[in-house]
Order: sequence, then structure tokens, then C-alpha cells
Amino acid sequence: MSETIVSLRNVAKRYTRGKQSVHVLEGLSLDIPKGDFVALMGPSGSGKTTLLNLIGGLDKPTSGEITVAGERLDRLGGGALSHWRANHVGFVFQFYNLMPMLSAQRNVELPLLLTKLPAAKRRANALAALSLVGIADRAKHKPNELSGGQAQRVAIARALVADPTLLVCDEPTGDLDRKSADEVLHLLQMLNRDYGKSIVMVTHDPKAAEFASRQLHMDKGALAEA
Amino acid sequence: MKFFPLLWATLWRKKTRTIFTLLSVVVAFLLFGLLETVDYAFSHPSGGASGADRLITINKYSITFSLPYADVQEIKSVPGVAAVTWLSWFGGYYQEAKNFVFALPIDTDSYFTVYNDDFVIADDQMRAFRNTRTGGLANSALLKKYGWKIGDKVPVHSTIWTQKDGSLDWTFDIVGVFDTKDPSQASAQAATFLFHYEMFDEGRNFGKGNVGWFEERVADPAQSAAVSNKIDALFANSANETKTQPAKDFALAFIKQLGDIGFVLHAILGAVFFTLLFLTGNTMMQSVRERIPELAVLKTLGFGNGTILGLVVAESLLLCGMGAVIGLGLSYVALPGIKNALQGVDLSPAGLVPGFGVAVLLALIVGIPPAVRAVRLNIIDALAAQH
Repeated sequence: MSETIVSLRNVAKRYTRGKQSVHVLEGLSLDIPKGDFVALMGPSGSGKTTLLNLIGGLDKPTSGEITVAGERLDRLGGGALSHWRANHVGFVFQFYNLMPMLSAQRNVELPLLLTKLPAAKRRANALAALSLVGIADRAKHKPNELSGGQAQRVAIARALVADPTLLVCDEPTGDLDRKSADEVLHLLQMLNRDYGKSIVMVTHDPKAAEFASRQLHMDKGALAEA
Repeated sequence: MKFFPLLWATLWRKKTRTIFTLLSVVVAFLLFGLLETVDYAFSHPSGGASGADRLITINKYSITFSLPYADVQEIKSVPGVAAVTWLSWFGGYYQEAKNFVFALPIDTDSYFTVYNDDFVIADDQMRAFRNTRTGGLANSALLKKYGWKIGDKVPVHSTIWTQKDGSLDWTFDIVGVFDTKDPSQASAQAATFLFHYEMFDEGRNFGKGNVGWFEERVADPAQSAAVSNKIDALFANSANETKTQPAKDFALAFIKQLGDIGFVLHAILGAVFFTLLFLTGNTMMQSVRERIPELAVLKTLGFGNGTILGLVVAESLLLCGMGAVIGLGLSYVALPGIKNALQGVDLSPAGLVPGFGVAVLLALIVGIPPAVRAVRLNIIDALAAQH
């Protein structure tokens, strides 16, 4: 039996808006084996981004247990959670979220600023990550000089550069045309297949979900495997 | 240092805004540098290395009240007083009120006994001065400033002393030029013009027999305080009580009679920095507000609260620090010009030093509130807000 990288047990997440309590997730349990590529699908408001945020250590559950890469995230405080994210998770967002004033290479170097690597090594690793995603020739370009597909590749390079255990992708192709989207999805598939990266991807796009090895559907805070 | 490229790029994210904010900071620190240097000069008067053995005796109540010339004999009799001379404030200018001349009527023998080591004067010019009743000795800087030459007759206007014919213009023959032996005193003496007390006392329409103040040289500088007390004790309970103090303190007290210079300068600086505080503070707040999604991404990548706080405060420090270095640097460059404008005030770059402390303080005041806001940022809300 393969090792589990993500394990959720009876996870609930409630938000309070004014006097109302909104139940986004209720009693959710889930196991994702290491090296899996999971697509989380579902209608808007089904709780898939909330689940992704919990798995990525960006948010904490109201109740339940979340274990990712061997760490009980529900027990970690803010500082420890930041440290854990820096070491174990790479994030890819729908709108790339690159720093507009930094070059592609500097953007990719950002997670490495939290390490003790010397400048030369940081630069070399950033260039290696950009090469891996096939965009090393654009290293000196700023985000506004890149196409959407290229910007998303830079974002993926940034997510990869610290060699995380898990890649968390929130609608990574949501802002791309079909061709660029397919290129990005092929890239994610390659990272999963050839480099063993575990990937959890939220998407609305059934074609994008087909690139994953497993699809999970969410509705009203509950999970149903496809 | 590894965060510097990120900091630098962030600072120049909105170039125009950063340039204008930086210019404001530069102008504020330029003003700070100039005013603080003047304030420093007023609060740290330079008495010169040779001034430790000099005392000045004025009327206890104000330097504007004169003292009887006859007191000189009693002061001479005080043990420890090696020499004593007397002077009066002439309040002079050349042609226009802006052309200040520190014209000083002196009793030649006693003055150069008290100040025997301070001046460099050619022997023949000194002889000419002694032999010319209307003669004057001008500091070389003063001579150069107004284009005077030895042999010229120059009118010096007094703001106080009328002559018997009612004129306020006193005409002197320039017979010599002097310099100070101590280079640190050159600026303080740059406007000095010495002329005969005898001519002054005879020529003035009022105040005859009175002097403005006495200056003493003490035999032992370590005894200055005791000698001061003895001189003042001589005139205690008389019609003209005295206050004797070291020459250095006198210079400060004299300047303070013009008003509380320090208060005025600090009030101006206070207003400037109060405005700057809002301006820079607003820039920093706006800058952080615009970067909320970027800060959220940094937090997502694992940047902890301390690092985020440090980055925003460091950005503020960088902005204020650059402005301070440029502004204070410009004021340093401008110092010689200001020295010329404020003749007699010895400006020192030491007055610029507090500027760097003010820059750090300003940076912290304007940097900490947005930094705290950045730290409190909720990643989920910030990322959701950009959708």
C-alpha cells in the first residue's frame, strides 16, 4: 500500500458572516496517496477551494484532523504553518500571482530567500526550475512581458523550486486559452509522472480534470469520488 | 542582504510616486540639515582653543545695560586677573543693513594684552593703527568681501551710536589687516573690524565714560570660576552689579538675546516633519494597500510574520534613509554658502549627525503601521479579493 501524503478525518470548516454561521465543509474525510494527481471538481461554492486551502496549510479547520506530509496541520500555529508551507508545498494560482516588478528568475527565487542557500545557488536553482518548465529563455523578462501560458509556467517553476512534496493548484488553467492550458496541464502531468510530485488541483474544466489520475467531485461541502 | 533586490524592486514599483515622495524627504532633510547645523552652532559656540583663560563681565541684568569705565581699576585689582580690557557693541554695517560689520571699539594696549596670542598683524600695520586716531584693522575676509584696501576710507554705519553732529556714519581709515592664529576662529572673526575706543568715546553723543562689557584674561584658567565670583562680589549690591562668565558661555548668552533660536528652528522643523510624516506615511500605507495580493502570495510561499514586518519596515527605512542621505549630503555641500551668509557663526557638519537618527525614527513611525497591517493580512481573504 502506497504512503499517504494527505489525510483528512472528519474535517469541518465553518465561517461566521455577521450573525450567520456558514458550513462550508462538514465531516469530510479523504486520503491522497503520495505521487497522486487529484483533480477536485464541483460547482462554485461547493467548498473545493476551501478544501485546497486546508490541504495547503493556508487555513485551519474548525474541527477534525488534517495530516499532510506527516504533519498535523490542525495543531500548528501561524508561524509553524508558514515554515511548513515553505518546506512542503508549492502553490499555483489561477492568476499566476507573480511579483510584477521582478523578473521571472527573481520571482522563482522568492521561496529560496527563506533558505540559507547562497545567492549563486539560488540563481542556479531558479534557472534550473525555469528550464524544467521550458521557459529559461524568458528568465530576465518581467511578468507583463510574458504571455499567460508563460507566466503560469513561471508560477509553476516558483512552486517547484524549493522541491516541495506537494503541489497545490487552484484553477491553474482558468485564465488561459485552450492551447496554453493544455501545455500547462501537460507540464503538471510530467511533473507528477517523471518527478513524483503529488498534485491536488481545483478545476472547473472537465478537460483539465482528465489530465489528473483521479477526479474528486464536491458538492455542498461533501465529497464524492468520480 | 538577500532581500535587497526584492526591497529595491518593491520601492520602485510606482516610480513617479516614489520619486515625488523621495524628493519630499530630500527637501525635508535638506532643511533639517541646514537649520540643525545653525542650531548646533548656536548651542555649541566655539570659544577656540585659546579661549579657556578668558572671562567676560557684563551688567548683571542685560548686556544692553552699560557699566562704568571706572570699574576697570577694581577688576584689575582682583587676584588672578592678568589683564583686562573694555569694549562696546557698535552695531555696524557697511552701506546696507545686510552688510553686517562686527565693528568693535578697542583700547589698543589692553585689548592686545588680553588677546596677545589670537591675531596675526604685520608690525608696520600695527604701528600705523596705533598712530592713526581714525584707523581701523579689518579682518582679511571682511576686506575681501567688500573690496576694501589698505588706505581706503570706509564709512561704517552704527545702528546705535550717533556722533556729536547727529550722524550715525563713522568714517575709518583702513590701516591694517589681521587674521586669526586659530583657524577654527576664522569664521567667527570674519566680520570683525577693530577701531580705537578713544575715538569712539570722544565722538559719540551719549554714553561717555561707560563701556559695554569688560573682558579679562586670567592667570590660571583652572581658577576662572573663582576669579569670576570675586569680580562679581566686588560689585554686589552696587548700582551696576555684574555677571562674569567664561567667553564661551557669553557667546551663547549673547546669541540667545536674539530670541530662542533653538525653539524657532525646532518649531519650523517640527512643522516640516509633521507634514512629512503624513506624506510618507500615506505613501507607505497606499503602497502596502496596493500590494495586498503580493503580500498574501509571499505569506503563502512561507514568509513569516516577522519577515513580512521586516520587509515593510525596511522599505520605509530605505526610502527615508535615501532621502536623508541625499538631503543631508546636499546641506553639507551647502554649508560653506550658509557660513558666508551667517558671518560670525561657525557651522560644523556635526550638526547633521542627528539627521540620521531622525530618519530612522521617521521610517519607523511611518513604516510600522502598514507593516502591522501586512502582518495581520488574512491570506485567504487577500487572495479572494483579487478575483
